[in-house]
Amino acid sequence: MIRARGLEKRYGRKRVLAALDFDVACGGVALVIGPNGSGKTTLLRLFSRLAAPSRGTLSVEVDRSKIGYLGHEPLVYRELTALENLDLYGRLYRIPERRERIGMLLERFGLWDDRGVRVASYSRGMTQRLALCRALLHEPELVILDEPYAALDVAGAALLDRELGSLAGERTLVVATHDPDRLAELATDRLVLA
Amino acid sequence: MNYLSDVVALTAKDLRVELRARDTLPAMLLFVLAILVVFHFALPAGADDDAAYGLLWVAIVFTALLGLARAWVAEQEHGVLDGLVLAPCDRSTIWLGKTLATLAFLLAVQVVALPAFALLFAPLDATALVGVLLADAGICAVGSLMAAMAVAGRSREVLLPLLVLPLAIPLVIGGVGAAVSPEGGRYLLLLALYDAVFAVLSWASFEYVVTEQT
Repeated sequence: MIRARGLEKRYGRKRVLAALDFDVACGGVALVIGPNGSGKTTLLRLFSRLAAPSRGTLSVEVDRSKIGYLGHEPLVYRELTALENLDLYGRLYRIPERRERIGMLLERFGLWDDRGVRVASYSRGMTQRLALCRALLHEPELVILDEPYAALDVAGAALLDRELGSLAGERTLVVATHDPDRLAELATDRLVLA
Repeated sequence: MNYLSDVVALTAKDLRVELRARDTLPAMLLFVLAILVVFHFALPAGADDDAAYGLLWVAIVFTALLGLARAWVAEQEHGVLDGLVLAPCDRSTIWLGKTLATLAFLLAVQVVALPAFALLFAPLDATALVGVLLADAGICAVGSLMAAMAVAGRSREVLLPLLVLPLAIPLVIGGVGAAVSPEGGRYLLLLALYDAVFAVLSWASFEYVVTEQT
C-alpha cells in the first residue's frame, strides 16, 4: 500500500526526514514512533499527499478519496455544528446515504446529543471525537492518524481502541503515537524516527 | 453536476459561517460607510463628480481588501483547508466557492454603500453600476486566490494588499472610466475581459497554491 525509498523532506534548509525506507502492506497497522520534532507529522502529511517529498520516491497506492486523515488540527469549522461539518464533508466525498452514515458515527462516538451544537462550544476531547468521525466518514482504505488519543478521556480512548481494533486487518492504518504499547497487539510494522 | 453541487455546498458553508460569526460583513459595512463620510468632508466644496467617482473606487477596493483578508480565516483555524484539499472534489471548487461568497459579501455591502455614495456625492448611472458589478467579480476572483497565498504566510495583513493592489489597478481604471467617460461601454469591455482572463488564471492556478508539487 505504501512504499517509501530514500524519502527526504526539507523545509528550506532544515531537513526534517532523511533517507527513509519504509513499507506498509495492505491491511497492515504501522506505528510511527519518535520524540517531538522527529518528523512524525511530516511523514504522515507525505503519506496523505498534503506534502510532497523533497527527494526520494513515495508510492501510496490508494486514491485520494480513500484516504482518511486525522492531523493535529481537527479540520472542522468552529462556527458549524458537528452535523453541518460532517454533512459538508459527506457531500464533497459523495457518500451515499450520508445522513445515515453521519448519524451512525455521531452515535458511535458519543456526539449525537451534541450534533446541533457549534464546534466552538465543544471541549478538546469532543472536537477530537468529531475529527475522528470526519476522518472515518467515507470509510477510507488508508487511515492515517496523528496522535489520535490526544485530548481523549478514558472513555474516548477506550472507544478509539475498539474502533481501531475493528479497522485493523480490514483497512491499512498508519498511526503516529507516543504510546505504542497501547496499539502493540494490532501493530504489524514499527517505524522509529530519531 | 458534481462540480456545481460542490461549489454550492462550499459557498453555502461560507455564508453560514459568516452569518454565525459575523466577523466580516459588519466590519466591511462600517468601514465603507466611515470612509465615504471621511471622503465627504475631505473633498473640497465644489469639487466635480469625477473626483468623487475616483474616491468611490478607493472605498470599494479597500472594502474588498478587508473582506479578502478575512476570507480564509475560518479555513486557517483548525486547519480546515487541509481537509478541503484532501477531499476528492476538484480543488478549483474551493476557490470558486470562496470567490462567490466574498462577492456576495461585497454586493451586500454595496447595497448600502452605493445609495450612501449617491446621497453624499453623486448618482451612479447604469453604466457605472455595471462597472461596479464587473469590478467586484474581478477583484473577488483574483483576490480570493491572492488571499489563499497570503494566508499561508506569517504576514497575511501586509502581504495581501501588496499582492492585490497592483492587480486591482486595471479594475480601478475600468470602473472609473465606466463612470466618467462618455465611452463607458469600452471600459465595461475592459472590465469583462479582465474578469474572464483573471478568473480563468485563478481557477487554473488555485490547485498549485494550496498543494505542494513534486
